[in-house]
Amino acid sequence: MKHTIIRNDEIKSGVFRMEFHFEDIPMPGQFVMIDCGGRTLLKRPFSICDYNEGKMTVMYQVRGKGTYNLSKIKVNDEIDVTGPHGHGFDIFDKFNNILVVGGGIGIPPLLFLSKKLKSKNINIVLGFRSDAFLIDEFSKYGNVLVTTEDGSYGMKGYVTDAMKEIINEADIIYGCGPKPMLNAIKDISEKYKIPCQISVEERMGCGIGACMTCACKTLAEDGYHYKKVCKDGPVFWAKEVVF
Amino acid sequence: MRLKVNIGNLEFKNPVFVASGTFGFGKEYSQYVDLNKLGAIMVKGLTLNPKEGNPPPRIYETPSGILNSVGLQNPGVDGFLKDELPFLKKFDTKIIVNIAGETIEEFVTMAQKLDIDGVHALELNVSCPNVKEGGMAFGVNPNSIYEITKRVKYVTDKTVIVKLTPNVADIKIYAKAAEDGGADAVSLINTITGMVVDINSKRPIFKNIFAGLSGPAVKPIALKHVYEAKKAVSIPVIGMGGISSAEDAIEFMIVGATAVAIGTYNFINPTCTMDILEGIKKYMNENNVSDINQIINSINV
Repeated sequence: MKHTIIRNDEIKSGVFRMEFHFEDIPMPGQFVMIDCGGRTLLKRPFSICDYNEGKMTVMYQVRGKGTYNLSKIKVNDEIDVTGPHGHGFDIFDKFNNILVVGGGIGIPPLLFLSKKLKSKNINIVLGFRSDAFLIDEFSKYGNVLVTTEDGSYGMKGYVTDAMKEIINEADIIYGCGPKPMLNAIKDISEKYKIPCQISVEERMGCGIGACMTCACKTLAEDGYHYKKVCKDGPVFWAKEVVF
Repeated sequence: MRLKVNIGNLEFKNPVFVASGTFGFGKEYSQYVDLNKLGAIMVKGLTLNPKEGNPPPRIYETPSGILNSVGLQNPGVDGFLKDELPFLKKFDTKIIVNIAGETIEEFVTMAQKLDIDGVHALELNVSCPNVKEGGMAFGVNPNSIYEITKRVKYVTDKTVIVKLTPNVADIKIYAKAAEDGGADAVSLINTITGMVVDINSKRPIFKNIFAGLSGPAVKPIALKHVYEAKKAVSIPVIGMGGISSAEDAIEFMIVGATAVAIGTYNFINPTCTMDILEGIKKYMNENNVSDINQIINSINV
């Protein structure tokens, strides 16, 4: 299916925000597969940053051939997109106090989640190496705390430092970011006995659960079991993920 | 226009199959493709007991190809019979069950368990490069191929297909070993072994070091193997390896394939099998071919 690009802007060095027409309504935490063109073969998975009346936004950092090609796509060009795919974040009415924690390029899908949360008390902790992004958008949906590793914005340090101050308020934690950060969030959630859902990433093939390549190691009764990131996830309960 | 082809004691409605390991157990693709329109579904490779497979990463894209190291993650033959076969039985297509024993006895046991309605044929996987036990270790030894085929044929009346590895010097010997063992057909190619290295850490990307290459990159190699295998045996050959278009499929049939299987390209375009089927019909129309069997092994050398 071809989808027309509405915008594709570099919002900070190497990080792009792309918007395109898309009919199928996604749930927070789901992803789409995009044909990045050029000499790439497989479609690449991208988490959904926002969705509004037939318009979908994804954000990406230029890392390899696929994202480089994508960064060259212009307004009104068409791209091939499938989805939405996967099991996203579960939203529970019973929880009033929500803690959303994101790191780096793992932050964008949490914006769509935050927008959909209806709870009264939403704390959002966003961690960056240096330049922060999306802070104003997140501020519409909750109380935002920012950490940067170099101290250029907000608190100097990691998201886990900022989490400590507000962890006692939380009924549930939602996280997305690099693996070491997710592992740290998982440890904190277990220490404070707070339910926690995390969105994980793995190299994918088909994106629909057939090829068995995007394996996530999870706990099982008789040891461990590799679940499919594309179909069972990308969002899992943190307590079941084995890092 | 006649599209039907025969392999073993089976008649297939058309020669477009989907390759084992690329189509799961059909469920995922059923939302994109009318499974009734496929000639056959070669399901994900099964082992006797459930298998967890290899640690990630399991996939890496290369120019026009992919390397995979899934390691046969599957629910085991009993899990397949309980949770997957009932769904597949609802469709009017042939179900070819790919089995990968770690020992000859496991092949025999699985063949016995699968000797039931709804399973039309067995594909003996003696060519998986990503497992420590069985797999390609059998497939690079003609005696093992012969022995496994013979033992399985002894316990089942199902059509038996032997899936060959291209990681050998002379494919003819291996195809012949399968035929001598009583195989009804051979299918090829499985993936070509390869590797990839992270230049910063200087470590192989895959934990098993080697992985299996598939996709358009391997097509000329696959075609050559199918051509050679067909010359060595009188049983049908099922051709696969990098097929992405009707033209590719027709090439395989011209060099001797009775049917073709689409693998990696399902990932890239989930409806490609339907495009390929339509493209074959178009080719037949344009070339006044009334029976697909006229194309098979029609190469002029």
